[in-house]
This record gives sequence, C-alpha cells and structure tokens, in this order.
Amino acid sequence: MEQEQLKEKIVALLPEAEFMTNKQYLDVIVPANKLHAFVTSLKETNDLKFDYLFCLSGVDWSQYLTVVYHITSSEYGHSIVLKVKTDGRENPEVPSLYDIYATAEFHEREVYDLLGVKFTNHPDLRRIFLEDTWVGYPLRKDYKDEINIIER
Amino acid sequence: MGYQKYDLAPLTHSIDQYLYSHLSSTWAFLAEMTLIGVVFLIFYAVIGLYLVLAERKVCAFMQNRIGPNRVGWYGVLQTIADLFKLLLKELITIRKADKLLFNIAPFIVIIASFLGIAAIPFAMGLHAIDFNIGIFYIMAVSSVGVVGILIAGWSSNNKYSLIGAMRSGAQIVSYELSVGLSLLVIVIYSGTLQLSTLVESQADGWWIIKGHIPAILAFFVFVTAGTAETNRGPFDLAEAESELTAGFHTEYSGIKFAFFFLAEYMNMFLVASVAATVFLGGWMPLHIPGLEGFNNAMDFIPPIVWYFGKTAFVIFLMMWIKWTFPRLRIDQLLNLEWKYLLPINLVNIVVVALIVLMGWYIK
Amino acid sequence: MSEEKKVIVELDENPEYIINMGPQHPSTHGVLRFEVSLQGETVKYLIPHCGYIHRGIEKMCESLTYPQIIHLTDRLDYLSAHMNNEAVSLCVEKALDIEVPERVKYIRSILSELNRIASHQLWWCAFGMDLGGLTCFFYGLRDREKILDIFEESCGSRLLHSFVVPGGLMHDVHPNFKQSIRDFIKYFRKKLPEYDTLLTGNVIFQNRTRDLGIMSKETAISYGITGPSARASGFACDIRKVEPYSAYPYIDFKEILYTEGDTFHRYKARMDEMWESMVILEKLLDKMPDGNDYTAKMKPVIKLPEGEYFQRVETARGELGVYIVSDGNKTPYRLKLRTPNFSNLFVMNKLTAGYKIADLVAISGSLDLVIPDIDR
Repeated sequence: MEQEQLKEKIVALLPEAEFMTNKQYLDVIVPANKLHAFVTSLKETNDLKFDYLFCLSGVDWSQYLTVVYHITSSEYGHSIVLKVKTDGRENPEVPSLYDIYATAEFHEREVYDLLGVKFTNHPDLRRIFLEDTWVGYPLRKDYKDEINIIER
Repeated sequence: MGYQKYDLAPLTHSIDQYLYSHLSSTWAFLAEMTLIGVVFLIFYAVIGLYLVLAERKVCAFMQNRIGPNRVGWYGVLQTIADLFKLLLKELITIRKADKLLFNIAPFIVIIASFLGIAAIPFAMGLHAIDFNIGIFYIMAVSSVGVVGILIAGWSSNNKYSLIGAMRSGAQIVSYELSVGLSLLVIVIYSGTLQLSTLVESQADGWWIIKGHIPAILAFFVFVTAGTAETNRGPFDLAEAESELTAGFHTEYSGIKFAFFFLAEYMNMFLVASVAATVFLGGWMPLHIPGLEGFNNAMDFIPPIVWYFGKTAFVIFLMMWIKWTFPRLRIDQLLNLEWKYLLPINLVNIVVVALIVLMGWYIK
Repeated sequence: MSEEKKVIVELDENPEYIINMGPQHPSTHGVLRFEVSLQGETVKYLIPHCGYIHRGIEKMCESLTYPQIIHLTDRLDYLSAHMNNEAVSLCVEKALDIEVPERVKYIRSILSELNRIASHQLWWCAFGMDLGGLTCFFYGLRDREKILDIFEESCGSRLLHSFVVPGGLMHDVHPNFKQSIRDFIKYFRKKLPEYDTLLTGNVIFQNRTRDLGIMSKETAISYGITGPSARASGFACDIRKVEPYSAYPYIDFKEILYTEGDTFHRYKARMDEMWESMVILEKLLDKMPDGNDYTAKMKPVIKLPEGEYFQRVETARGELGVYIVSDGNKTPYRLKLRTPNFSNLFVMNKLTAGYKIADLVAISGSLDLVIPDIDR
C-alpha cells in the first residue's frame, strides 16, 4: 500500500495523529493515551493487518523521550513507524503493548532498562541487561559514569 | 584338540604348588590372594588407560582427526601422562556435600567394575576363580556400580548430579533385564553357567554361529543393553554432557573423577569380554567342523590373542556406535527397553527353548 | 543479594526443583542463563536471564564515527559478522544517498552468502553436539575451514572481517576470489550429503526432533521470530525477498519455507538454506561484473544529514535492523540495533513448557542463539 493510502486509513482510525515526512516509512506521532487502542485497531483492521513489530526503540531528546515502534504487515508488506512522546523525562509513562505483540514485552523491558521509560500495565517490568541494583539509565544523554565512559 | 598345547593350567598349578610347598597353608593362601590382586590391579590400570587411549584414537579416526600423537610414539604414553596429571590435581571437597558418601562413591563404582574381572577366562586355564555360576556372578557384581553412581549423585548436593544419578538408576535397573535375558539364550543352548565350560562348549563353533538367528539376535540385544549398562553413548544420559554438564560426576575432581572414568572403561571391557566369551567363543579359536587343516592353523594362534582380539572387536563396535549416534531422550531410552528389547528377549527365549527341545541348532 | 534470598524462601514454601542452566553450561553456547523449573525431568517454566555479556554497544556507538562503528558490529553476532557490517554500511549509504558500484554489491552479497553457509555449518556442528552426536562437530568444522580460508584470502581475517565499510569495501578482493569460491562450491556439494548421512537420516535424531517444540506461524510473528527458525513455521520473513538489498534484486532465488514449525523443520530449513546459498553464490558469481572498483567516492568525514534511517538485513539468524537517528554530526545521536537473537530467545518459555530437559537443549539449539547478539 502506498504511503498516501496508508495515511488516509490512519487518519480515519485516529484523527489526532500527526505525520512526519520520512524517505523510507510513514512516521505517525501518536498520543500516549491513545496508543494501545490505536495499535489494536491497526492490527485488527482487515486491510492493514500490522501484525509484526520488528523494532521497538527509545530515543532521548533531552526535553522528553520518544518510544519508536516499527511495525509491518507480514501479509501485505507495508510498514509504518509510530512514535510516542513522553511527558517530560522525570516519570515517563507509555502503555505496554505486550498483549498485542508478544515480542514487545521484552523490547519494552530493554527500553525500561536503558532509558527508564515505564510501561504501564507491563506484566514483568524488570531490568533485562543490567543488575537490579543499577542506578540510572545508561542510554540517557545526561547519564554520567566517570569510570567507564571517557568524555571527549 | 590342538589349542590345548597353550593350556596355562600347568603353569598356574605349579605356582600354586610352589607356594604351598614352601609356606604354611594360611600364608600360601594369603600370598596367592595378594599375587592375584596385584596382577589384576596392574592389569586393570593398563587396560583402563589403554582403553582410554584406544577410545581417543578411534574417536579421532571417526572424526577425521589424528588424535593424541605427542607423548610417546603415536601418543602411546598420553594417557599415562594424563593419569599423573589427575593424580597431582587437587581433590576439591564440596562444602555442603555429604562427605562420607561423597568419598565412598568412586570406590564403590570402581570396586564393582573390578570384581567382575575375577571370573573371566582370559585364556585356557587363566582365570582367577572358575565359578559354576560365573555369568551370574559377573552380572551380580557389575550391577553394584549403580549404587555408587546413585550415591555420587545424591551426595554431591548438586541438582544436575542428582538428575544424572536418577537417570542412571532408571537406566541400569531397566537394562539389567535385557542383559540377563540375552545371556540366558546362550545358557539355554549350552546348559551351563560356568564360563570355562561355556567356552569349551564352543570348540566346534561359536554360539553365535551354532545358535543362528536367536543367538545373533541375543548378541545384538546384549551389545545394545551392555552399552546402556555402561552409561556409554548413545545411552550416556547419566552424564549427558550437553544437558547435565557432567551428570553424576560433575563435582568430582582429580583422581576421584579418574576412578569414575576408569570404571566406565573397565565396565565396557567387562561387557565386551562377556560378549566375546559367551557369544564369540572367548579364547576358543575359530573352528569349523570338518576342516581339520583350517582348525589346526587356527589353533596355532594362542588363545589369549583370540580372547583379546574378540574383546577388542566388541569394544570397537561399542566405540563406533558411541561416536556415530546422537543421544536418546530418557523416555525414549526406557521405551526402547520396556517396549522393544524386553519383549524381543522374552520371545527369543521361548523360541530358543523350543529349538533346544527339538535339537534344531548346529551340534 | 535481596533476590537470592527470595529464591531460597520460595524454595522452602513450595518445593520447586529450580536449576540454573548457565551462565556456564555447555549447551547455552555462551553466557546465558535459563532459570528452569522442573517437575521430574519435565520443564514447568523457563525464565531467560541475559545481560552477562552486555557491553553497551549502542551507548558506545553514540561516541564513535560511522567507520568506527563497523568494527563494533562485528562483535554482535560474530558468526554473521559480514552481514552486520553490511547492515550499518547500507544504512549510512541510504542516508547519504550514495550508490555503490555494481561490483561492490555483488561482492557484498557473495560474502554474505558465504558467511551464511559458514554460520549454518557451525550451527550444525553445535546442534549435533547438543543432541549428543559429537562427531558432527568435526565434520562441520572441516568444511567451515574452507570458507574461512576464502575470507582470510580476501578480507584478511577469518571471523570478524570488518570488510564492508560505508561506501564500499575496505580493499579489493583477492584476484583468486571467484575461482576459490567456485572450488569451494564444488567441494561442499560433495560434502553436504555426508551431513545428512551422519545426522539427518538417523532414527534417534528423527525421534528426538520431530514434532518437538512446535511453533505456529502466529506465534512466530507475534514473538518477532525471524530467520530460518520462523521460515520453518511458514512466516515468509526473508529480508532478501521482502526488502531486497545489495545484489539480491538482480538474481532469482528460492525462499525456504516449511509449515510444520517443529525442531526438525527448523533444522531442515537451515540445511536447505545451505543448498540454496550455493545456488545463489553460483548465480552471483556468473553475473558479477569484472573490474577493480571497490568503493564509491566518499568524503573523508562522514556526516549523516539530520533524520532517521532504518535498514533491515537478513543475517544467518534472522532480521537485523539498524535504526540510526542523526543530528547532523559525525557520530550518531542514537543507534539502535534490532538483533535477531534477542527476539528469538524469548519464545523459549513458550516452546519448552511441558517438554523434557533434553528437549530444552534441542529446542534452544534449533533456534541457533548467539549470546553476544542478544546482549549487545
């Protein structure tokens, strides 16, 4: 499906969606509180069928964090990118998608571990790579580690 | 018969008489026991070490490798060097292990494998004890080893070891049946449990030839079950390296580990010896009734060479199996015994009884 | 420390037999730990614990330039080092709108396929060992050696090549490149049937793997399983077909698909991929243009324009995604690596529950996990 057509479909599903231009995929900015319902409808709408979450990453933008979902349809082959901005960076919260995509459970744990985004409703939100006693979130831009990271 | 020229009984008798004529009967008896014990200990160590070397060479041959070739000529001293390494290694004691049982276990295993050798006829007139229940004795003492394995697994206080020990227990207890029943086939044929008589009864042809189909079947069942009894691949579930790290001997180090290791190889030797003695004629040369010239030529080869040759053949067979097959799963292992080998054996015994009754075997 | 105490308390209250498979265990193929709860020999549940080899590659990338990042990506899935290099290079090239020379594309794809065969060979060795067939290891390594020799000849190193760089290749391949690959294909065509003789046709092997750990297509998609493991379940996820890159659009090849999804078919999918890779290699070698251009014109300092770029590449184990967020500097603002093994790992609990501990080893072997790729 072409990007324009996808855009129309998505506007019908979520009128408040914002779009960004990207050479490769269609970027959609989704408000955090609408995310779960929107993704459910993306997966269940018959001619969209976005059933395969192939990448889930978090980015620290100094003022706020974004969680980026790369979703594709295994049947039709079209992909979109969803972005969710968090409110500030003190207590960022995004709903979990573990019940829609099983893989999200573990990718979300990774984002929580390294960027400190709290996924509400997540069944098992623990650190995945680092120890449970680790202080701070290493992938954040203001993370300081005088021993292991050499500032240039 | 020609093979009797290699009879070693006069030699052993002369040693016996020499001792009794020079010492009082108690001391002569003790001296004899010590002599046999020392000879067997040396024999045990040498056979054990060289079986390890043989395994490594056979394994290398199967895997397109050279194998040990640095220590000594073609690596013949490799395992002796390994032994010294193991002797010098620290014996690690586990803090929460059951100390007494933990230390006893390797000895139980190694003694069990050691006892069996006593009854094996290596050549004509060369055996320590000629029991009239020889086969029964070997089976009885060799299965004591499982107690040692269970104790080792339990006392290590390691979860992997315990799983390995339980597997081993289930496996050996099950396969004991098949080993016994497949030997029973030949016992029915020959009508004796005494190993020397059993060998003598094969002077006109080995039981695997004389006993045709049931004997061949029994031989294969015996080798399969015997491999399982010795915890060797593809039945090495007790120490399944890729699942349980090292199974029941995970926590053992140094010479205690070497005991388990040697015992495994001696058990293999024992199984191969029994197979060779019972099915392949032991030290008896290959005789074909009617071909006198051929029989005389065969008799020229000493019985001890025949015995070790046949044992080596069975050992090679077992190594071949180990280095070719993947490992079974525990439920498949037990299925194989209870659903296939045991029924085959039972039917086989009934068939043999009928054959013997009707005299349908080669006499 | 607090967690350790908790486990002991739980043990006392409800008697569960929990064993830790790993971090040092022969069949986790690296420092991975499975917390396995057993009932007898049957697995009740399994919790994977990773992070033992977490090196913070994503964080390191944020302070390194793009040509430097290439050398880190080798260390992800070290058995498909070439594909990892290619993924980052392609992503940078996509951002800069650089078209690399035709010949470079072919060489990249040829090396990818060679690397895929080498990786599958090592997987076959390890899988045989997991099932207790120790001889497999030497058969596989014997043939893998031939590929490593080709790599050594052309790339200069055997395992971690760092041969593909943004814009092209590090240097030109050896003049004997084509011929040595043709020789290898001829050799391996004869040797691959030996693998089947030794393992595939074995009764014990078949009993151990058939109908074991069945993964449905829906599970595969939902858990994001990729690579041969997913294609054995019928999930057509081959990036070489879905989003073709390098020289794959120029040639025609078959995507190995099975629908059974059990351990045996995951095995079969990889075996067939080795055959198919040889076909691909031959086609690529036939079409590869002559010449000696091995790189496009690149600026000495690579600065990506502001924006976000994503590149998907099919490694030997599945889909590798590289997500670069650039703020216009010579280092990436954020670089996310979507590694195949990370997703593949977490399906273990679903697949193994209810099977024996020996099956756990077989299933984890059939997923072909490489631990540094999980932990990054």
